[in-house]
Amino acid sequence: MAPAESGSGQPVTERIYSYYPGCSLHATAREYDVSTRLVCQKLGVELRELEDWVCCGASAAHSTDHLLSLALPAHTLKQAEEKGLPLAVPCAMCYSRLRFALHELQNKDTLDLVSRTIGKELSTAVTVKHMLQVLADEDIPLPIVKPLSGLKVACYYGCLLVRPPEVVGFDDAEDPQTMDHLMERLGAEAIDWGLKTNCCGAGVAFARLDVVLKLSHRILSLAQKSGADCVAVACPMCHANLDMYQKDMTVKLGWKTELPVLYFTQLMGLSLGFSPKELLLDKHITNPLPMLREKKLA
Amino acid sequence: MPETSAIVLEPANDFLSFVQSHTGENITSCYQCGKCSAGCPTAYAMDITPRQVMRGIQLGLKDEILDSSAIWLCVSCQTCSLRCPREIDIAKIMESLRLFSQAEGRPPAQREIAVFYSAFLQQVRLFGRLHEVGLAITYNLLSMHFFNNIKRLPALLTRGKLKLVPQRTKGSSEVRQIEARVKELERKSS
Repeated sequence: MAPAESGSGQPVTERIYSYYPGCSLHATAREYDVSTRLVCQKLGVELRELEDWVCCGASAAHSTDHLLSLALPAHTLKQAEEKGLPLAVPCAMCYSRLRFALHELQNKDTLDLVSRTIGKELSTAVTVKHMLQVLADEDIPLPIVKPLSGLKVACYYGCLLVRPPEVVGFDDAEDPQTMDHLMERLGAEAIDWGLKTNCCGAGVAFARLDVVLKLSHRILSLAQKSGADCVAVACPMCHANLDMYQKDMTVKLGWKTELPVLYFTQLMGLSLGFSPKELLLDKHITNPLPMLREKKLA
Repeated sequence: MPETSAIVLEPANDFLSFVQSHTGENITSCYQCGKCSAGCPTAYAMDITPRQVMRGIQLGLKDEILDSSAIWLCVSCQTCSLRCPREIDIAKIMESLRLFSQAEGRPPAQREIAVFYSAFLQQVRLFGRLHEVGLAITYNLLSMHFFNNIKRLPALLTRGKLKLVPQRTKGSSEVRQIEARVKELERKSS
C-alpha cells in the first residue's frame, strides 16, 4: 500500500477497508455506526460500505439451515473479494458468521457447493477483521485531546468475538486484552474482572427475556462490584441486552442502580474530541451522560 | 502379565452413528466430566444439561434428545466447545440436533425460540436485510404474544432507534435466489 502523509507530517500506511455494517447498525445500533465512522475518519481509516449487502443470517440461519448459513455470508465475502480490500465488520455476530463461513469454505467440496448457491465462483482470499482489531492497531497514532482519566471501564467482549479461537482468530479466548489495552491508551483504567467473555443471552431476548435478564444482570453486577463506571462493548446485540433491559432487572431481579453501556468507539470518539451529541451518547436507554459529566468527560 | 488393551466404545446404535457421521464429531470419546454443563450459561434453564445430551446420544435416546428444550436453549456461545477436554464441538452438535429435530417435523420444545428464528429469516427473505420493526411485529403475531416489547416503543422511538420503513436493496432478490438454490441443492442431495 502506498504511504501517505499524516497531519503530523509522519508517513503512515494507507488504511482502506470495505465496510459491512450489518443490519443493527442501520437501526437500533445507529450510534455504533456513527461513532465508528467518526473515529475512522479521524484516524485516517477509510471505510467503503459494500453496496446492496445482505444480512449474515445470524443465529436464525444456522439454527434452521446449514447451507443457507454459509451462503448468506458467502455473498458478502464475494462482494468483498471483488473489491480487493480487507473487510471491516463492527458487529460481533456478523463477524462470527463471516469467519465461520470462511473457515468452512477451506474445504474444497464446501467451497464448490456454496459457490453454486450464490451463483458465483468463490475464493477464500479475503481478510475479515472485526472493527476492534482494526482500531486497536498500535501502529495507528491516537491524537487524544481529552484523556479518559479517572474513568474505570469494564471491557466486555462477549462470546462471538473470541470463540471458537480457531475460527475467529482473535486474542485469547478466556482473557482477551485487546480492548483493555486500547482503553488504557485512551487514558482510562481497564478494570480486572471475571465475566468479560461470558454470554449475555444473545438472541433469545424476544423469546426468553428471563434468560437474558439473568445473564446480563450477572455481568452488570460483577462489573459494578469490580468498580466499573461503565461497560464497553463491541457488539450491538451485547449492547441491546446490557443497556435496554436494566429497568426490567430492577423490577424482576432487584437491580438497584444503573450502569451505562457504551460502544468502545464512543469512548474512543470522546477522547479524540468529539462531543457526546456527535457520538449519539444521548441515544442509549441507560443514560451515560450524568456519569460522564461527573467524570468531566461530557 | 498380558498387555492391557484399551476399551474402545464403538458406535452402538443408529442415532449415535447418525449424529457422528453428520457432524464429524467423536461423541463416543465424551467421558462425562461435565465441563460443558458447568460453563454453559443457559444450562440452568434446560430440561437436560449439555453433558446429559452427550450421554443421551451415546445411549441412543433419540426422542429424549430431539424433543428436549436443551437443544433450543443453547445460544451457540461456544463455551462448551472451547473447554471440552475431549475436543468435541458440542455447540456444533447442538446446532445439528436443532436441524435434525426440525427435519423430522418435531414440535420444538421452546416454540417461541423457533418462531423467532423463522420470523427473522422471513424479514431477510423480504428485504435482504433484517428489518427489526418487522421482526418484532412478525414475532408477536406468530408467537401470539401480541404485546411483547410494546412497552419499549416510546423509549426506542424518541431516541430514533427504530427504522419504521424497511430498507429494500437489490440484495433482497439475491437472497431469494440463494435460498431457492439452497433448497434445490438440498433436495438433490437428500
